[in-house]
Amino acid sequence: MTTDELIWRVAGGSGDGVDSTSQNFTKALMRSGLHVFTHRHYPSRIRGGHTYVEIRASDEPVKSRGNGFNFLLALGDSFARNEDETAVYGDEEIKPLSENLDELHDGGIIVYDTGQIDAADIPDFEERADEHDWQVYPIDLRSIAQEHGREIMRNTAGVGVTAALIDMELDPIEELMREAMGEEMLEANLSVLQDAYDHVTAEFDTDTGLSVPEGEHDEEQVLLSGSHGISYAAIDEGCRFISGYPMTPWTDVFTILSQELEEMGGVAEQVEDEIAAAAAAVGASHAGAKAMSGSSGGGFALMSEPLGLAEMTETPLVLVEAMRAGPSTGMPTKTEQADLEHVLYSSQGDHSRVAFAPSDPLECYTQTRKAFEIAWEYQLPAIVIYDQKLQGEYRNVPKSFFDQQPNPDLGATLTEAELEDAPHDHTGRFQRFQTDVDVSPRSLPGQKNGRYLATGNEHWPNGQIAEDPTNRVEQVHRRLGKLDSIREDLNAMDESYQSYWGADDAEIGVIAWGSHQDTAEEAVEELAADGKPVKGLGVSEIMPFPKSEVTEFIESVDEVLIVEMNASAQFRGLVQKELGTYGEKLSSLLKYNGEPFRSSEIVEAVDLELNGGGEPTAQVTLQPAAGD
Amino acid sequence: MSGFNAISSEPDVQRDDYTPEIEPQATWCPGCGDFAVLKALKGALAELGKDPEEILLVTGIGCSSKTNSYFDSYGFHSIHGRPLPIARAAKMANPGLEVIAAGGDGDGYGIGGNHFTHSARENHDMTYIVFNNEVFGLTKGQSSPTSPKGHKSKTQKKGVAKDPVRPLSLGLSAGASYIARTAAVNPRQAQEILVEAIEHDGFAHVDFLTQCPTWNKDARQYVPYIDVQDSDDYDFDISDREEAFRMMYETENSLYDGKVLTGRYYKEEDRRTYQEEKRMRGEMPEEPLVERYFDDDYEWERSYDLLDRHA
Ligand SMILES: Cc1ncc(C[n+]2csc(CCOP(=O)(O)OP(=O)(O)O)c2C)c(N)n1
Ligand code: SF4
Repeated sequence: MTTDELIWRVAGGSGDGVDSTSQNFTKALMRSGLHVFTHRHYPSRIRGGHTYVEIRASDEPVKSRGNGFNFLLALGDSFARNEDETAVYGDEEIKPLSENLDELHDGGIIVYDTGQIDAADIPDFEERADEHDWQVYPIDLRSIAQEHGREIMRNTAGVGVTAALIDMELDPIEELMREAMGEEMLEANLSVLQDAYDHVTAEFDTDTGLSVPEGEHDEEQVLLSGSHGISYAAIDEGCRFISGYPMTPWTDVFTILSQELEEMGGVAEQVEDEIAAAAAAVGASHAGAKAMSGSSGGGFALMSEPLGLAEMTETPLVLVEAMRAGPSTGMPTKTEQADLEHVLYSSQGDHSRVAFAPSDPLECYTQTRKAFEIAWEYQLPAIVIYDQKLQGEYRNVPKSFFDQQPNPDLGATLTEAELEDAPHDHTGRFQRFQTDVDVSPRSLPGQKNGRYLATGNEHWPNGQIAEDPTNRVEQVHRRLGKLDSIREDLNAMDESYQSYWGADDAEIGVIAWGSHQDTAEEAVEELAADGKPVKGLGVSEIMPFPKSEVTEFIESVDEVLIVEMNASAQFRGLVQKELGTYGEKLSSLLKYNGEPFRSSEIVEAVDLELNGGGEPTAQVTLQPAAGD
Repeated sequence: MSGFNAISSEPDVQRDDYTPEIEPQATWCPGCGDFAVLKALKGALAELGKDPEEILLVTGIGCSSKTNSYFDSYGFHSIHGRPLPIARAAKMANPGLEVIAAGGDGDGYGIGGNHFTHSARENHDMTYIVFNNEVFGLTKGQSSPTSPKGHKSKTQKKGVAKDPVRPLSLGLSAGASYIARTAAVNPRQAQEILVEAIEHDGFAHVDFLTQCPTWNKDARQYVPYIDVQDSDDYDFDISDREEAFRMMYETENSLYDGKVLTGRYYKEEDRRTYQEEKRMRGEMPEEPLVERYFDDDYEWERSYDLLDRHA
């Protein structure tokens, strides 16, 4: 156990306030100068059911949830009780303690609420605590909360106890409470906090050996999730129309934007289903508003027709695909990266779509902005792929990073003045889909001299339906050709969205994409620090596929391990499809149990590769290269 | 600024201003009822003096949805059953547009039934014309939601076992604020009704009985119609929901017996449109979203200020 970082897990029942408590505590840690990372685990249940949030805090930047944790605050599941205070859902009530012992580090701290949990109900608790040297603090948080406020303030009491045990000042926590609460609530919470702090210092030995590390940020930080990154990028890109239908985890972006767009003078629409959601975004975009929609797997499936329509009519559009474990309804609150093929290949015909898979909240922002710019410049749909992991992942990022100009530019859209000089057919219809150019700029309904027909059928330059073979081939080339131009554009940009880790001359390469890049990076850094010949590549631009960068990387090593959260090695399949070779060089590390990779699992797998094989432990699969 | 055109009607518009060079005979069969809808639509818009460039005609898929190939305005020929969500979002983005959605009875009452229900309930300010030929035309004669029970086709060999839907009652119960039925065999009334529907502020649903001589030769609606407004036998108050319901019930029963009643069935004058409702709640700006992108003086707000909450 390293004592230079805190990995704090707070566990309770859904609805017990675990979320808000952890967010405030995370902010307090951030404000005291630390780098933070949160991981959220929750069941598909509104009230009750075991849930936890893990916060990792360190004076060094943190990129993943880390391996295991060293502090457990077990609140007990208050929804497991009925009014007579007898447990009604079997052993649910003690789960916040019993379910969270497996990954607790040796010597770690346990605080549990004796007002809710009787540790004697967990048969082997004492033995395990002895065996692992856990420092156990049974405290009646419920009574402390009831005495000074209300029972729900058990959370606050738990935070007070935590502060005492990790030698943390209460100031940043109190300050946050002052900002967030009204007079009455505030007073009660402040006294619960202080009382819990005093109680544990008076009654227990608080010299735990674990203290919050000291850190300092050189500039102001904000705490953001991947969903916030996507939403704020949309706002900065001038997106003023969002349509959607709720589905976890997409609901996050949909909710944030529904709340914000109104203030920004935009329109948010909850519609009857996902077909309508995507179709509405197409309609708003066609009429001239920057528009966005999105969903998660099952809902995105319904969007495949409007998606194809946007490609055929060359309507700019941004869609978000927030992945969760599938297929079908799958595991609503568990993460997976198994919708890649769905996103790239769903809907009929040859595709002209762009896809980005950001790695962290900052990239969620930068890439969503890029998605809007490319969609409007090239008049095609751009899809941002992220997942349940990144959705609920909060991290600190420098506030000044967001000090960027908004971009309301409509890309390849003509003004009325420009339309006068634009090509028209002999009847006066605007030749929207000219075949001799890459992107043919569009007009907007209502503009003078801009009349044309947008249609999902193949069409002549003025939009009239056509099955003429020559025109067909020209139109297909033009639509698909955009991807080559976009690739050139992306390559020409200063900042690359792919990232590289480790030493140039390493022999083993690790590739990760989307939300798992940072975890892989941590693993590679650890291996490299250990003197292992490993380097890594994180891929955030998925389509148009970054052929040259991936090729170069693969060619520079002897073998490559592709890390992804699905059972069918979808990204590896994409690499082979796009590059047409290297099958014998690529093996896969796969995980599909709903829990994101830990960096230790990647480290272990690379070690196994280096030592010539074997099976990894835990629910992780190594799939050999095609030639093996 | 680019000069975005909100409604600026030019009074002197002719029917032919909506006629592109391409002829509908290119895809429509001789005698198809769709010709009559096209003609009535052009006539209505000319009568209203609408500039073709301020009209967005959004269609689905089907013979009837090809209308916008033969109609010279801004057009969006989309996907089967989905013209309504596209049309209503376009209207929200730019309320200056005159938005008309159109499609077949299969398109609107079958695959798009969900969108029909919800667009009507939301009372979007737009016109929805359903070309009701009681059959799937483009896919060659299968039964549609309005086909009479017993209608035979290659996929309903022994005659369809379902009762037809009742589009007018469906529109009314869903919440459309203007509902009428007209027929291709009655061009004068058809144009009048379309004029009224387009002028109506709210969701105007027009069930337009058309003929498909190719696949549906037996349809009763080819016979002479009775205009309910012209007849003393059918006196009812079109602003009264209950009376409208009763009349629709009668109309929808008698259609398949060969008694074709057409006319206006329901008109709600004082109901707010969806856009008005949203504006009232501060959920929608007064000016079209689209104009801002061309307005150099518009202050684009930035997410930077939102970040204060996260600090
Ligand atoms: C999703 C989808 N399903 C099926 C079709 C095939 N299809 C095209 S038009 C049509 C029905 C047309 O009937 P209707 O809407 O009544 O219009 P009509 O041709 O009679 O004017 C069907 C089923 C399609 N284009 N898309
Ligand atoms: S098939 Fe029927 S609906 Fe289609 S064009 Fe011919 S007559 Fe009209």
